[in-house]
Amino acid sequence: MNKLTKILYNCRKATFMIEKRMVQPLSFQENIELRLHLVTCGVCRLYIKQSHKIDLMVKQILKSPPPANIRLDDDFKKELKQRIEKELNKS
Amino acid sequence: MDNKEIIAERTQLKPQGWVNAHADYLYAYTITRVNNEEQARDLVQETFLAALEGMHKFEGKSSERTWLTAILRNKIIDTYRKKTKGLKTLSINDAYAGETEFFWNEEGHWHQEHWPAHFGIDHIDPLAAKEFNHILQKCMQKLPALWLSVFTMKHMDDETTDTVCAELKITASNFWVIIHRAKLNMRACLQKNWM
Repeated sequence: MNKLTKILYNCRKATFMIEKRMVQPLSFQENIELRLHLVTCGVCRLYIKQSHKIDLMVKQILKSPPPANIRLDDDFKKELKQRIEKELNKS
Repeated sequence: MDNKEIIAERTQLKPQGWVNAHADYLYAYTITRVNNEEQARDLVQETFLAALEGMHKFEGKSSERTWLTAILRNKIIDTYRKKTKGLKTLSINDAYAGETEFFWNEEGHWHQEHWPAHFGIDHIDPLAAKEFNHILQKCMQKLPALWLSVFTMKHMDDETTDTVCAELKITASNFWVIIHRAKLNMRACLQKNWM
């Protein structure tokens, strides 16, 4: 019972379980504890929504082509070219 | 005759053109995954050099860019691995700044000033969110390098937790503690900066 009351009022543990649950099923007990917590905790319910959305947006960023406005500076590119030429001439 | 045709279809590598054609792309790819400009430059350079050495292994089945990106990706994961090397066991009960900032120590309640609040993220369309993505990336870059490594690995290729843990050589419990801390901090950063 002690453990139950702990998670019932413990948002730190609840958010931890929420993160885990987004990837894999929780144990039976964990699941019940988290559900009970969420019944009374609107803040953590909002956290779930936002956390899902963040994952979605991050995946979107990592899967789409990288932003075209990020560029290497020309000097570095010049050096890179020279380096490649040098390596090619070696062989 | 047939052989010749097949060869003609294969992609040919043109290393003289690599920098012009791919350097910016590879750099931008890296900077979204590694929060360090100098390290990102080094990784691009190392990728080109490794590609030169491995040119004989290129089978021409993919585009030049896909092939270079695959080499770069492995190099990025190598840097992640270095960040996670020798990591001690983390626990959700650690009195650690990554979490205690948000919760009361004893009972784990949210500090009221850190309560998640509505800040408009629900209505954002992931495909048309340039400004939001910019802030999101800024918030990712603010994460400590170790957390960013684990967090990025988790979302990069839809790999299972087991695979990510194996590749980074970390335990599952450390994985969850880091993901939790990373997410708490990112969410708070977004709420603070996206209004």
